[in-house]
Parts: sequence; structure tokens; C-alpha cells
Amino acid sequence: MTRVEGYGRIDRTRTVSFTFDGVPYTGHPGDTVASALLAHGVTTLGTSVRLGRPRGVVGSWTEDPGGLVQVEEPFPEPMLLATTLEVTDGLVARGVAGRGRLAQVADTARYDHRHVHCDVLVVGAGPAGLVAARAAARAGQDVVLVDDRPTPGGTLTGTETVDGRPATEFVDAVVAELAAAPHVTHLQATTAFGHYDDGFVLALERHGETTGRSARQRVHRIRAGRVVVAAGAIERPIVLEDNDRPGVMLASAARDLLHRHGVLVGREVVVFTVDDAAYAAALDLHGAGAAVRVVDGRAQAPAGWAARCAAAGVPVEAGTDVRGTLGTDRVRAVLVGETRREVPCDLLLVSGGWNPTAHLFSHVGGPLAFDDELVGFRPAAALPGTTVVGAANGTFALADVLREAGGADAPSAEPEVITPRRTLWRTPGDPARQFVDIARDATVADVARAVGAGMTSVEHVKRYTTIGTAHDQGKTSGVVASGITAELLGRPVGALGTTTFRPPYTPVPFAALAGRDRGDLYDPVRTTPVHHHHVAAGAVFEDVGMWKRARYYPHPGEDMATAVLRECAAVRRSVGVMDGSTLGKIDVRGPDAAVLLDHLYTNLMSTLKVGRVRYGVMCGDDGMVLDDGTVLRLAEDRFLVTTTTGNAAHVLDRMEDWLQTEWPHLRVRLTSVTEQWSILAVAGPRSRDVVGRVFADVDVSNDAFGFMTWQDTALDGVPVRLARISFSGELAFEVSVASWYAADLWVRLLEAGAEHGITPYGTETMHVLRAEKGYPIIGQDTDGTVTPQDLGMSWVVSRKKPDFVGKRSFARPLNSDPGRKHLVSLLPTDAATTLPEGSQVVAFTDRDPEQHADRGVLPPPPVPMLGHVTSSYRSAELGRPFALALVRGGRDRLGEVVGVPVGDQLVAARIGGTVLVDPEGARRDG
Amino acid sequence: MTAEPTLTARHPLESRRAALEALPGEPTITLDPLVSAVDLRVDPEPATLAALGAALGGTLPHTADAWTAIADGQALRLGPDEWLLTSAAATPHAWEDRVDALAAPHGGMAVDVSAQRVGLRLRGPGVRDLLAFTCSIDLRPAAFGRGRCAQTLLGQAAVLLVAHGDDDLAVLVRTSFAGYVVDRLVDHAGARTSRLAPV
Amino acid sequence: MQLITCPWCGPREETEFRYGGQADLAYPADPSALDDEQWARFLFFRDNPKGAFAERWCHDAGCRRWLRAVRDTRTYVFAETRPYGRSTV
Repeated sequence: MTRVEGYGRIDRTRTVSFTFDGVPYTGHPGDTVASALLAHGVTTLGTSVRLGRPRGVVGSWTEDPGGLVQVEEPFPEPMLLATTLEVTDGLVARGVAGRGRLAQVADTARYDHRHVHCDVLVVGAGPAGLVAARAAARAGQDVVLVDDRPTPGGTLTGTETVDGRPATEFVDAVVAELAAAPHVTHLQATTAFGHYDDGFVLALERHGETTGRSARQRVHRIRAGRVVVAAGAIERPIVLEDNDRPGVMLASAARDLLHRHGVLVGREVVVFTVDDAAYAAALDLHGAGAAVRVVDGRAQAPAGWAARCAAAGVPVEAGTDVRGTLGTDRVRAVLVGETRREVPCDLLLVSGGWNPTAHLFSHVGGPLAFDDELVGFRPAAALPGTTVVGAANGTFALADVLREAGGADAPSAEPEVITPRRTLWRTPGDPARQFVDIARDATVADVARAVGAGMTSVEHVKRYTTIGTAHDQGKTSGVVASGITAELLGRPVGALGTTTFRPPYTPVPFAALAGRDRGDLYDPVRTTPVHHHHVAAGAVFEDVGMWKRARYYPHPGEDMATAVLRECAAVRRSVGVMDGSTLGKIDVRGPDAAVLLDHLYTNLMSTLKVGRVRYGVMCGDDGMVLDDGTVLRLAEDRFLVTTTTGNAAHVLDRMEDWLQTEWPHLRVRLTSVTEQWSILAVAGPRSRDVVGRVFADVDVSNDAFGFMTWQDTALDGVPVRLARISFSGELAFEVSVASWYAADLWVRLLEAGAEHGITPYGTETMHVLRAEKGYPIIGQDTDGTVTPQDLGMSWVVSRKKPDFVGKRSFARPLNSDPGRKHLVSLLPTDAATTLPEGSQVVAFTDRDPEQHADRGVLPPPPVPMLGHVTSSYRSAELGRPFALALVRGGRDRLGEVVGVPVGDQLVAARIGGTVLVDPEGARRDG
Repeated sequence: MTAEPTLTARHPLESRRAALEALPGEPTITLDPLVSAVDLRVDPEPATLAALGAALGGTLPHTADAWTAIADGQALRLGPDEWLLTSAAATPHAWEDRVDALAAPHGGMAVDVSAQRVGLRLRGPGVRDLLAFTCSIDLRPAAFGRGRCAQTLLGQAAVLLVAHGDDDLAVLVRTSFAGYVVDRLVDHAGARTSRLAPV
Repeated sequence: MQLITCPWCGPREETEFRYGGQADLAYPADPSALDDEQWARFLFFRDNPKGAFAERWCHDAGCRRWLRAVRDTRTYVFAETRPYGRSTV
């Protein structure tokens, strides 16, 4: 055990048990897996990804490049850092050999998101962040303070004094003041991992497994008026031979492990530094019982620290360096100076200086520049809305940090003299054994190879060597890599810069990013007011946009094909009813309503008489069909427009676009009434009987209620609109009612039609029935490259209107190309094969016409494509399969046989007109 | 044959009522009764707004994203020339006819949208926290206090949020999205096993 | 997640908006007077500047008003957003 009494913020009265690499261990609440294992003397956690060398803990928090573990229980998670993973009872983990393993089962823990708005977001609850948050809170601002560690205070250990008292007391006092302040939210264990536009910061709060909170992890989506980055700094290693060996650590990490977890990581310690801060670590470890020796790479040791070391009995040797380590899976000695003098030790602490944690400043484009005094990159310009304070800004003396962050009411601390740092990226040695990124097994030799290959940009060197691309994203290796690259190139490191910091700062589980947008809540489900009746009737649903639409209603034992044939037959021979509530509906009102519609539809709407209905097609400026639907003229100045289910929002946007941006002088107002009105379609030769029975006061005879007209009536005092609109070619009525009443009306129609065997039918049947009549489905038979003329619908394109959207494009030469694809029908000559939708249409070549008139051979490639199948069904009415297809010059090839590859066969199909059922249109009037 | 049902206004969220009643503690989520509603469109001339407000027993909101009380209902401003006017007293058609007649002299018009949306009422401490799980707008009382309304997204559904008080909000949503919105709110409310203070 | 300031509803997250492409491309007064190339330019050609770009957005999830924005394509920063036509507040 290397646990020392009197240190650490762990709860020693309680013990938790966990398993690592199959061996049971204990720890205390407040321990990480790293601290608990180190307390048991376990220093090697796994092996490296490429070379298989032993790997241990180097840092004490998210910067650690070495201590990766795979968690198996409570839920498998790959490659977590032992230094950030809290120990909990029952935790099962093991070391990884470079790579972890994803869970093979869904993560059922709860993850969610929360939106937060504040005046000031402070990132980091070290001394800088605490006083910045306190100042903002005292100014009455809404403050959010987040800090990634479990407890606040940052690097303060208690040996410092603030306002004349121990720093930990100061921390407690500020935390208490913030807790009592209104409008302050203080979150520990919360990592601000990305900073985006307009004060937007994403922060991941880890609730852990045992806190009983509602979500395991929560992403806070914080929108802040001002962001204060007080994220501290990360110590930098010095690269030397065999520096990847367990037992080589950052000086700050050893100090942190002592003060947070009461773990003394080594008994015989060598501290190799070019910076003052490591002296505090040396003295603290000495005070906790270790034998410590300092090697200062600068010409002279700082006088103050040297005196304190002398007083404590810590030897200091300046003007030399550490060149390498000895040992097997743990350091047993280091090699000092040019003579490579062997100094026994079980721990080498290194400190090459500090890298300000300015990631959140950099994410939003804040520039970093090399500061010679700091020997590091720090924020180099002001950024509106973002302030960087404390060590993140390159300010290290505590008194300066407090003043910078706290402003007028900053607390005081003792002044300190910081001796100039030395720029030292690596010591002399074998570059192939000098590790720059131990997570990637990348060495100085790899950097030299990149430079030798001609690379001069740190971005290229990063990608060539993979330095900085591991879980830690180069927190300790990035700037060192820049420094070594600069040395090899003979250029100043400031001219090279750093690689770009991009979110996330630390790894974030996808489950947390998904939050509650998963499973049933992944995508909205839109339902109609009749939905529960469809469910009760056993309907199979299909997704149309976000809508759930009943596709067919299978009887017991029926598959889709059988059910659809039955439903089709019912509509053609008797009567069926379909829920058409999902159609988009727009109320178009105002004195200029007809002007707008004349411009947006290819045909004339201004000539439509009140009480009548007209089918219309909308095109884009390019003349391609966008949408279609019916238009009811409700009054001289009022129309009700329907759109296809999936296009409702798009069509409304488009109409608003014209009204608001092109023709604001038009007096027209648009109102979406899609959910206001439900439409129930009653179709089939018996539909007149059914509608007439339910609406006994309406004369539904053909003379009184003609095709493409509408009438208002009422049922039980509830207004109802009837319209003679058919999408099947059969006699049909659309019955519209305010959607509150649609469920009851559905039942009334079913009951009224019972004697005729009224059959609910779904979208699949609707598709078959319309295809038999050659009515296209926009988006299925069209794809944005199809004009009304291509669909054989020249009749819907007005020749009278001087202009409408799309008209000019119809005059483009391409639009009169005889090789354009036309919508035609295809009848497989074998009368048996259902052509798969999407199949190509090619020329038909006989194999042996005498024997196999219905099958051909595919010629060798290239095979010219004539078109493709857009819709294909079996028809109850025709007693055979049929298809619609877009075929080059199709209308000029009626009667020709073409080939459709189906599997390994070429199926013969005859081109025909699109109207296959009732071409005379005799059925629509019943 | 069974008795034919008389056409009755069915609440679009009837099937969710039990789930809402089963929610533990506060905030509570209840279904607003169905009310008549029209979409009023008229150019926002001050004299027009004054005349319409007087006729409707209140004042129409003059600023964006605000609502006011009118006789038996609310006037919610949806856009520069657009208001949602509700009435708990008039039938939908009577309401449309009445507002339409009032607006016509001013070049305005009203369209019945009673069945287009449905309302949920969220009451109790923590109600803003509950919405903050899924709504991105600033819901702090200083930014969204009583008298404010906002059209925004709840999850992926467009909603109209209405502030009745600090702990009292309404969510109006198009009926086809209403089930999704309730499911989302229930999911978050149900997960709040403990008071998440401050979060 | 950028904020876009709707002239009517105020600053909202960009997911509430729908992009409408380059602004100020007026529909020709008489399309039939344009030759094929002129018409093709109106249909298919758009500016792609580095810097200030006038573009249209529709506040779909809010007031459904279209707005005219000027955005810097290098930084994404919106210099201004203004209402169209009758939607003047």
C-alpha cells in the first residue's frame, strides 16, 4: 500500500470493492480506478497499441495518455481513463492492449439533454473560476459554473493561502456563497467539451452509477451571454529515452494524487524540471515520506525553492538533465547528465512547463500565440463574449490569477517570484526510444521521418505520425510535437503554431449525444384522429413523412398481396373507405387569392367557379413537377388547396415565399388547416348509397351533385363538406369534417356501408387503384426531373395564362426533346411477373422467340437504359401485374416490347397508355 | 347493428389522459379543454387593433410573442399580421363568423383552426425545468414571463408556448404531433424521480 | 448551433429556420422576354462570394416569416437580418 495518512479527500470510513484484470481490489469513495490501483502498488495497467510496451498512469486526470481501461460491469465501455473513472462497488475493469471493445448490447441507461440560459458561464472551479463566478454572482448575474473534476478547487491543495487563510477554507467559503446566491448553478463532474457560435457551450455532466439521479449522464446545452474560460493548464512532459515506462509521471499528477487521494506514488523520487512548479511537488512528496531528488534542467535552481529544498533535505542538482530510464515494467533508475549516471528511483517526475487549457477559446476561433516567457501557447487576442483567465490565460502566480479573474473584489495571495522557464522539449538520446505520444507509440524518430518526408506543417506531421489523435487528443503531446518539429526544421516553434483544437475536449459517449432522441422518441410520430380505429382493425402502417398511415388491413391469414387484392376488388365492385386526413390543406383567402393560385399552378384556377373542384399541378421555376392536389373554390376570394401528405409544409413555405418576398402587394393570407380538417374518402360504385344514407338531406344524384363539385351540409349539427373527388376512377366522395369529429364519422360511414360490405382500405390499395388509372404519385412516379408533359398531362398546362411558375422553362429546347422520358404503362407479356419498382427498362432482345416469347437475353454491356419502373402492382381488376414506368420517347413506342431485367432474367413487357382501367371514364359518375 | 354514434368532439389526447394523471407529483400536466379558435389576419394598424380589441372584450397584444386576455379567451400574437384568438364560449363556426365579420372592414379575415391545435397545461414548481429538457428558448421568467408566448420547437415538433405565470405554462401543439409532445414531456417528467435542484 | 435573429421572434436556434438560398433574385417581370441563356442564368446560377452574402431564411418553426440576412461566409456571422415586405413589425 502506498496510501499515506493525513492526505486526500477520500472517505476512508467506507470501502468499495472492484475488480481489475480479474483481481479484487478495494478503494474508498473519492478514489479513481487509477488512485485505487496505485494505492495497491499497481503501476502497469495495460500495453501499448503498436509496440505492446507496458503502459501506466502518466497524468492524474483527462490529460493522461497511458492509463486506459476497459469496463465490463456495470456496462461495457471501451477505453476509459483510469484517472477519471470513479471506483464503485461491483465495478469490473481490465487493462487494454491498445484498443477497447464496444458493447454488443444496447445501453439502457438514461442519458438526456437540458437547455440552460445564463448571463455568465464560468468553466473551471479552480481559484480563477471561483472568484470569477463569485464576482458575477455578486453583480446579480445568472451564473453557471461548471468544473470537470468531482470537487472544486482546481490545483489548490491547502498549502497555499488566500486572504490569509488556507486555500481550501477559501474554496469552501466561495462554494457556500455561490450555493446561497440566487441564480447560480454550480455543477461539478461536468466537462464543458465544446464551445460554438453565439455563446453556445456543450457540457457533459456525469452523475455516476450510484448517485440516484435521473440520468446517468446529461448534456447541458448552455447559451451564455459571456463565457469565462478558467480551465487551468496542463503540465507538459520532457521527452527522454524510454519515457513511456510506467513510473514516469507528470510532477503535477503525483502531487494531485497525494492531495486528492492520499496516494504516494513513489518512495524514491527523481524530479526533472525546467519550471518552478515541480518544486512544490517535490517538497510535498518529501513531506509525505518519499526520498526526493530534484534535477533542474536550468543553469541555476531558483533561489527560493533551492533554499526550501535545502532546509527540507531535498538535494537539488541544476544545470544537468535526465537522459533516460532503466527498468522492465517499472522505472528502477534514471540516467542523469551527459555521463548517463545511474540514479536509482522508483518514480521519475517530469515538468517541461505548462500548456494553458485554452481549448474553449480556440474552438470559437480564438488565436493562440507562442509566449517566450511562458514557453507555451496562450490566447493572443480578445474575442467578443469570451474571456480567458488564470492559468488558461498563461497567468500562474496565484495572486495574479485571483486579481485577473476577480477584478475589484479579488482576494489576495502571497506574491511569488517565478524564475524564467527553459525551453526544453527533449534531452539528447535515441530518437526511436523517445516517446512523444505514448498513447500512439509515436516517437521523435517518427517526427523526424515526417520532417524528412518534407512535411513542414504541424497539421501534416500530426496526421503522418498520429501524434495527438488518441483519446487524449494530444493534451500532453501536442505542443511537445510542435516544439520538436520546429527544432528539426530549425524554425521557431511560434512560427509553426499548434494543431487546431476541435470539440470535444474529452470523449463523449454517443448515447449522451443522442440523449432522449432514441427509440420511440427518435422521430415524431404523427397520427390522424382515426388512428385508434385503424389500430383496432389490425392495420399495418407505413411511414409517410412523419405520419403513420394505414397501409392495408389484413384479415387473419392474409399477407399484403392478398389483402390489397381484396381491398381493391371491394372498391371497384362495391365500396371502400380510406382515411385521407394526412393530406396537406391550406386555406387561401383574400381578394387576390386567384391571382396567386394562377401563378403557382400550371392550370387556371381563377376560372374555377364557386362550388367546384379542380385538379392542379405545381411546378418549380425549372418546369419540373413539385406537387399536385385538388383546389376547392369556397368563395370568390377563398380557396381550399390540398397538397400531397409529404409536401404540405414545403408547399406552404413556397406560397408564403411568393407572398412575402416576391409579391407582397397581393392581398392573400394563407392558413395551414391540415389538422383542422379530416378527410375520409368513400370510393366505389356503392359510395353514393353510403354517403346518401349518412347525409340524408343531401341530393347525391349525379345531376344534383356532379363530379368535381362540393357541397356543405351538417351531421348532428356538425358542419361537414362533401366533394365528388376520385383518385381511383370510381364514383367517390371525400367527406371532410373538423378533426374532433372524424373518429365518430369514420364509424358512421362504416355502419352505413355495412350492407354493401364497405371495406376500409389503406395506402397500398389507394396506390394500386390510382396506378390503374394512370394517376401519378408525385415523388414516386416523378423525381424532380419530370414535367407535366412527360406525365402525359399537357392538358393541365394552361396555354392562356401569360405566365406561371415553370412556363418559361417549358420553352427550353431540352423540354421538347423527343428523347425525354414519358410515363407509360408496362404489361409483362407473361401476365405473371410483378416487375420490381426501380427496375431498369432496356431494349428487348429475343433469345429464341419460338420457345420463350416472354424472356429475352441481356446483351453485353454497355446496355443503353431506356428508363425505369416507377410503380408496380398486381391488379385485381386486370387479373395480372402491371407497372408504370418512365421510358424514353415512351408515348411514341406504344405497343413496343421492352425488356426489364428481373434477377438473371430479361422479362418482356409491352408499353401501353397509362389508363388501364375504364379508359372511357364511365365509372366516375357511378 | 350497433347504435350509430352521435358526432362528438373527441379530445385528440384522450388516450394519453391516464398517463398524464399517473405522473408523480409536480409539475402536473393536464389536458386543456377543447376551445374555439381562429387565425386572425389583419394589418396591424393601431386603430384596427384598438377597434378589434374593444369588440372582443379586451386588447390585442401590440408586441411580438405576447398574449392578452379577451372575453372568454385569449389573443396570442403569432406574427406581425397574425393572431390566434380563442373562445371558450362560442362554437367554432360562430367564432369564425364573428371575428371574420369584425375583421372584414379592416381588410382582415379569420379562419377556423379550432381543431388544428390542442392545449396542454403545465403547472407547478419546476415546470420551466421540465420544458428546458427539450425546448431551446430562454424560459427564465425574466425573458418569458406571464403574458409572453413563443412559437418554437419542443423536440422536433413545432409548438406554441404560453406563459400564464412563473409556474404555469401552456403548450399548444398541432394535433397530429400532440401524442409525440405528450410522450416527450411524460418521459422527462417521469424521470424526475427527485427534485433536480438546481438542475 | 448558431442563433439567427428573427426580426419578429428574436434570436432563435438555427434549427428553427429553413435556408432559402441567395436573396435579391427577383423573378423576372416577363420571363418570356428572356432568351434561353438569360433564363438559365436566373434558374441555375448563384453567387458564391467569400465574405458578405445576402440570403433568405424562413422561420419555419416560429412565425413562418421569411427574412433577408447578410452573413459572412468566412465566419458565418450574421451582420443583419431584416423582414421582408409586409412583415415589417
